[in-house]
Amino acid sequence: MKKTPVFYRDLKNSDSEALESLNVPSRISRFDNGEGSQTIIHGAQNAWDMLQEESSLTRITTSCADLDNILGGGITCKEVTEIGGVPGIGKTQMGIQLAVNVQIPSYCGGLGGKAIYIDTEGSFMVERALQVAEACIEDMSEYSRFLHKDLQAFQVGMQSKDILENIYYFRVCSYTEQIALINYLDKFITEHRDVKVVIIDSITFHFRQDFDDLALRTRVLSGMALKLMKVAKTFSLAVVLLNQVTTKHTEGSFQLGLALGDSWSHSCTNRIILYWNGNERYAYIDKSPSLRSASAPYSVTSRGIRNSASNFKRAKMM
Amino acid sequence: MANKLISEMGLPKSIANIFAARNINTAKDALSLTEFELMELLDVGMADVTSAVAHISAVVSPPYQTALFLMEQRLQNEQFAGHLPTRLKGLDDALCGGIPFGVLTELVGPAGIGKTQFCLKISLLASLPASYGGLEGHVVYIDVESKFSSRRIIEIGSTSFPEIFHRKGMAQEMAGRILVLRPTSLSEFTESLQQIKVLLLQQQVKLLVIDSMAALISGEYDQGAPRQHSLGWHISFLKSLAEFSRIPVVVTNQVRSQRRDEVCQYSFQAQKNAETQEGTDKYDSHVVAALGIHWAHSVTIRLVLEAKSGQRYIKVAKSPMSPPIAFPFIITSSGIALLEDDGIELRGQEINTIHCQGLDEIINFDGERMK
Repeated sequence: MKKTPVFYRDLKNSDSEALESLNVPSRISRFDNGEGSQTIIHGAQNAWDMLQEESSLTRITTSCADLDNILGGGITCKEVTEIGGVPGIGKTQMGIQLAVNVQIPSYCGGLGGKAIYIDTEGSFMVERALQVAEACIEDMSEYSRFLHKDLQAFQVGMQSKDILENIYYFRVCSYTEQIALINYLDKFITEHRDVKVVIIDSITFHFRQDFDDLALRTRVLSGMALKLMKVAKTFSLAVVLLNQVTTKHTEGSFQLGLALGDSWSHSCTNRIILYWNGNERYAYIDKSPSLRSASAPYSVTSRGIRNSASNFKRAKMM
Repeated sequence: MANKLISEMGLPKSIANIFAARNINTAKDALSLTEFELMELLDVGMADVTSAVAHISAVVSPPYQTALFLMEQRLQNEQFAGHLPTRLKGLDDALCGGIPFGVLTELVGPAGIGKTQFCLKISLLASLPASYGGLEGHVVYIDVESKFSSRRIIEIGSTSFPEIFHRKGMAQEMAGRILVLRPTSLSEFTESLQQIKVLLLQQQVKLLVIDSMAALISGEYDQGAPRQHSLGWHISFLKSLAEFSRIPVVVTNQVRSQRRDEVCQYSFQAQKNAETQEGTDKYDSHVVAALGIHWAHSVTIRLVLEAKSGQRYIKVAKSPMSPPIAFPFIITSSGIALLEDDGIELRGQEINTIHCQGLDEIINFDGERMK
């Protein structure tokens, strides 16, 4: 980030030169006017505006500081993030955690949004969501006590009930319903503007069972991915897809890989793989246009996703 | 919903007719195609296709519920807030009350470890009168391996609930509620599932047990890819059965030994672990679940039953609410009993491995004690 001023100056110079030589009226495109800027081609956005926007982009914390660190602060809005891993590694946990964390109000550094949880497998557990929500409220009141320093009991003013109420749960029972719902999201979110995260748990399930025609599957899936990306961009919300893993037989050995094949792997902006490393759960950034590939440990506790136990002390001191 | 007819969705007449003329009758037909394919096929403009697809989608989309509503409904309408208590206190606490309704719970472990014992016990619990903490319902027990023993079930009943079973006629009534099916092939099993569906709709059945799922497949196919896919239909059918009738479904799974070339890793892990590969001796006493990773994704709760250093353990290996925890247990004349209710919290991958060390000794030992 230190380099930003240099870039900024450079860009500004070349910009004014370019403007002069092109004789473009100055009302078009000033790089620093933020929102009001217009562009030469309708719908296009220049890289500088994008940078400005990206730095102001909000992120949803995962409640695990180490993971947030490698993700640059959490799961990014306006992008599609895929999270995959073996059974029992904590994909659904991550989904529930994000559905709760998106509701952290802005005075606690959150988004204060609502969540859509699309369950294709029937693995969403309300009891668990309640546990996570209660832990999250405890953490928030601790945080605000720390922030305000007054001994007056500062109420967060949120109850676990409210959190559960703000999770819109859709149960999808076939791939047709899944496609239909994703088409319909656009309309639903227009009516519920405060939705800030869409979680699909899992994107894979129905497409793995019921499809014989693989070429058709690929087409339908990529159509779905495009729509999800559009939803993410238009409403600046985060789309999180949970994916299963499968074994592939390559070069004489079995390897794990995310399901739905190679062409699907182009569909999402970021891809995070959850895996076992020795005795700890790790998250690995497998693909991201802006983040370095890195891995970080995390753990699943009774309170939700947290820092891994061995790193716990360090995280507390920070 | 997927098979809903397009002609009944209230689309403008002209468009609906075009769909019908091209033999696109259901939502499934229409939504399986991309918008461009539809344009080409129907020979109408983009705008029309988009609005038609949006309309069909809006009709077919399932309605939403808030998580709060789900919870309140469960607390109101279901016994034990949607759980079948196993009466193993530690396990019930870990699972928030017992085996949850509406999802698949899997038991996996080596032969003779006590999977069937567990199934018999919970079948009995589900059939008990509500006043004794049961679900007071019928149980469908699909016994693929022919291991169901009615004598054992009465024995478990009369030692764990003497006050019920010593009353006249009660034993008959309880045992009468457990229906045992013995399919001998996958196709017979498929047929029984269809029949069960009808039974479930009449809402008398409170528990479905399948002992075991793996036995159905292992007879029919060689190891490898086809077995995964042959179960695909059954997996989604069972899941939807469980969900719509809101009953617990308990399925057992066998184990098999792990093949050497099966060290499953992601490609990015391969390099890191190359050095540590040599001299590993961790395969000696390990077995893995017979049904592979595809199956494992679809169960919501996995309980591993294993033997380690001469002791039986039950582990909560996959669960959305429980920490990774293991309980030592024994098998007595009243069924499975936990030795302690606190459990041992395990770290890391230990929770997923299935040991079978010294299992023979335990079985012999228990056998003698039970005489």
